[in-house]
Amino acid sequence: MRAIGILTQLVELLAALAAAPLFVGWVNQCRAWLQNRTAPSIWLPYRGIRKLFYKDAVIADNASSLFRLTPYIVFGAMVVAAGIIPSMGTRLPLSPAADAIALVGLLATARVFMSLAAMDVGTAFGTLGARREMMVGFLAEPALLMVIFVASLISSTTALPAITQHLATQTLGLYPSLAFTAVAFTMVLLAENARIPVDNPATHLELTMIHEATLLEYSARHLALMEWAAALKLFNYACIGFALFIPWGVSTAQGGPAALLASIPVLAVKLAAAGALLALLETVSAKLRVFRAPEFLGTAFLFAVLGLLVHLLLGA
Amino acid sequence: MTPALHSPLGACLTLLALWGLIGLAGLLRPRSLRFVGRTLFPLGALCGAALAALALASLGAPAQRAVLPIGLPDLPVHLRLDALSGVFLFLLGSASAGISVFAAGYFRRGHGTSAGLLCLQYHLFLASMGLVLLADDAYSFMVAWETMALSSYFLVTTQHALPEIRRAGFLYLVIAHIGAIAILLAFGVMQGGSWQFTFDAMRGARLSPQWAAVAFLLALFGFGAKAGLVPMHVWLPEAHPAAPSPVSALMSGVMLKTAVYGALRVTFDLLGETQWWWGVVAVSVGLFTALYGVVFAATQTDMKRLLAYSSIENLGIIFTGFGLAIVFRAAGMAGLSALALIAVLYHCLNHAFMKSLLFVGTGAVLHSTGERNLGRLGGLIHRMPWVAWLTLIGALALAGLPPLNGFVSEWLLLQAFLFAHQVPQTFVNMLLPMGAALVVLAAALAAYVMVKFYGVVFLGQPREAGLARAHDAGVLERLGLVWLALGCVALGLFPTQVVTALRRVVKQLAAVDLPDPTAPWWLLEPLPGRQASYSALVFFVAMSAVVLFTIVGVRLFYHRRVRRSAAWDCGFARLDARMQDTAEGFGQPIRHIFAPFFALRRELPSPFDRAPRYRVVITDRIWQRLYEPLGPLVQRGADALAWLQQGRIATYLLYSFVTLVALLAVVL
Repeated sequence: MRAIGILTQLVELLAALAAAPLFVGWVNQCRAWLQNRTAPSIWLPYRGIRKLFYKDAVIADNASSLFRLTPYIVFGAMVVAAGIIPSMGTRLPLSPAADAIALVGLLATARVFMSLAAMDVGTAFGTLGARREMMVGFLAEPALLMVIFVASLISSTTALPAITQHLATQTLGLYPSLAFTAVAFTMVLLAENARIPVDNPATHLELTMIHEATLLEYSARHLALMEWAAALKLFNYACIGFALFIPWGVSTAQGGPAALLASIPVLAVKLAAAGALLALLETVSAKLRVFRAPEFLGTAFLFAVLGLLVHLLLGA
Repeated sequence: MTPALHSPLGACLTLLALWGLIGLAGLLRPRSLRFVGRTLFPLGALCGAALAALALASLGAPAQRAVLPIGLPDLPVHLRLDALSGVFLFLLGSASAGISVFAAGYFRRGHGTSAGLLCLQYHLFLASMGLVLLADDAYSFMVAWETMALSSYFLVTTQHALPEIRRAGFLYLVIAHIGAIAILLAFGVMQGGSWQFTFDAMRGARLSPQWAAVAFLLALFGFGAKAGLVPMHVWLPEAHPAAPSPVSALMSGVMLKTAVYGALRVTFDLLGETQWWWGVVAVSVGLFTALYGVVFAATQTDMKRLLAYSSIENLGIIFTGFGLAIVFRAAGMAGLSALALIAVLYHCLNHAFMKSLLFVGTGAVLHSTGERNLGRLGGLIHRMPWVAWLTLIGALALAGLPPLNGFVSEWLLLQAFLFAHQVPQTFVNMLLPMGAALVVLAAALAAYVMVKFYGVVFLGQPREAGLARAHDAGVLERLGLVWLALGCVALGLFPTQVVTALRRVVKQLAAVDLPDPTAPWWLLEPLPGRQASYSALVFFVAMSAVVLFTIVGVRLFYHRRVRRSAAWDCGFARLDARMQDTAEGFGQPIRHIFAPFFALRRELPSPFDRAPRYRVVITDRIWQRLYEPLGPLVQRGADALAWLQQGRIATYLLYSFVTLVALLAVVL
């Protein structure tokens, strides 16, 4: 039984590492289709990362070792996060070490390090990016935790695998509270992953960029790790969403190797659908001004709070 | 009943007396920095470390008492060492050890108060805090409390030649005394008609619910004034920047915790029976304070003021947990109450280490650059690597990031909040999860504040030419920083052991306890069966393993070529250090989002200005709305009473006579 757990853990980590750029490629492809553009290859993110690894790293004169260490820490945080989220199975040996609150803390660690690194070189864009990234972060984090709180109140645990286990194995119940929080979560996902309407991953326009501004000084292997970490972050967020709102199909505590094997195509289908939906959302919405981002995230927070109130009032 | 010297209580008293002696020894050669700095302060640090070890060793033991026949006749000093005193003595000893070592290297050139006098005030301050924690009757408590306030007042006004520092000290003294009056009144209520002011008598007194509530509210007000709860927080951002950095560290890291100690002692030990609505009051005040503090911290431009506001936030979080513990205890939920209390004590310990670390870190920066203004700092990680990297630990801990210590106590508090939905009062049920949301918001904002603080001070390019001459901290200062940073790391990585120790405290204090853990030693699972667990150690190992693996992998499979070059300037070849975000710039989103909190005055330059100036002044609305109207009100009251003051001795004698007759009439 323990072997299955370790196997699940390994498969999950490898799948996250391998599939995260693919997921980004898929989202980009869907978006290109929806926008009547010729779609780039779905493998483009891999080629980008590979190319970057072979380049010479150029580091600004003023950069300290914090700047050079940060890509590894951010990447490490995202990998560990992928090991905690039950994307395929709920029996993860690593997961008792960090519940959903610690997972949010882990994501915050990555964000803080990224912002510090952006301030390290001391350019106008870097500090601008750090400020905006932290602004989005402090607004999105409470909303995300409220979403998780609702799910953990329903299953009276804060461990993500246990929540998934509870939601996936009970007889089908309707949770209006989860509907509200799903909306909130989607908004947080968009904001935290630098997607439209909060940020635009496709431009480097000074006035609007958030995430890209923090990466401006990175090159070569450092940039490759940051890009990979960003892909992993999107993947992780998608998997958190699956774990909370569509938990069916993961291999639960009773499942053996067959269930684990079966959960792989299920995850692929979920990711494909989520990617298409994400592309659709990005296509139909317009980029907000940076000052409107607080309102957007405030709405997300409000939805999460509504979900909580609905749960407390209806008990469902 | 004098305590034996070898008993823990006797040993504690000996150490406190030693602190007093060290302080007095400073007067022998008050001008000799070598004697005071290199000998006395390290000795004081050793005393602190010994006190911490002693307190830790006595944590599980039953309470010990002693009566010392000193002071006024018939008013002996009652002392008691129990688990609650023990944990706070540990906090005092261990945090002050690091701060004293730092201070040994810090006080260099004497300006203002001479080094010897400073040493006396400093050690008297430490000893009086110890006595506050040991006192077991209202008299000795108040004497120690006032000694603490006065010695710290003198420490705050070390540079008394500057008028703004005298003003800050005066404000501190006034609020400290308003608080002390409230505490005194609370003790007066709690003796319950027996006129016995020992804490034992108060434990035995049966107060009616109304009087108990009055006592609680008075104590909350009094201790809240010391802890910096809104609206009595105004002294903190004034006094902390005024004091020398090790003193700010002591005040913020340790002295504020004596207020928490007092609130816990009065509520759970002396009053005993708690009512649920007290908890609601404390939670509301705590949450408001937390949010208020952190929002103001985000907009500060002086690094010590920023940290002072951040202390207000942390004390707010601590009092939130305190209120939560009261609510749960009144509802008979012992496990959750214990969880909330443990979170409170844990956060006290954490805050003592991380905030002291940051304050002494700013002290090192201040020493090396002479600058407190964030707008004139920057890039110090290159010039002061020791201070920068050690301060980074404190900043990350204060930002509440795993696997450091700040995260653990917030995690525990959130666990307590999350399972709060079974409280009998329905509206409390509804409101408590909202409270969790506010705690999370405050924590997320704290991360924002810490990125601002650390990024502007240590990262980026130096904003002034003079910063190129900045030098790293000396050996003793580094030692102090390392000690405090190690405290942050240890408290973060071994939460299970800390929680086990704190369980003994809450069991003795409030007769509540967590269920026995079923998890292995490395896994923190406060409420078995809830399946909520956290292991900092595994977390840390996993994270380090991935990071190391990635570094090695990248080097093995690719290359390690690095080229240094100028920063990317987008084709605009005149980027300079002034174009980085200033502290004002970094606080701008907060000013924008939380506009109602501030009274904002802004001067925007017009396009035609020859010398464009941008000025923004942020003031505390509470200062304007509450304190400024209060001044004229007091003045008017005083004017109304002024007719009593005739300036003739005969009139005053008449007053005395009338008073005497009136009192006789009452008594007879």
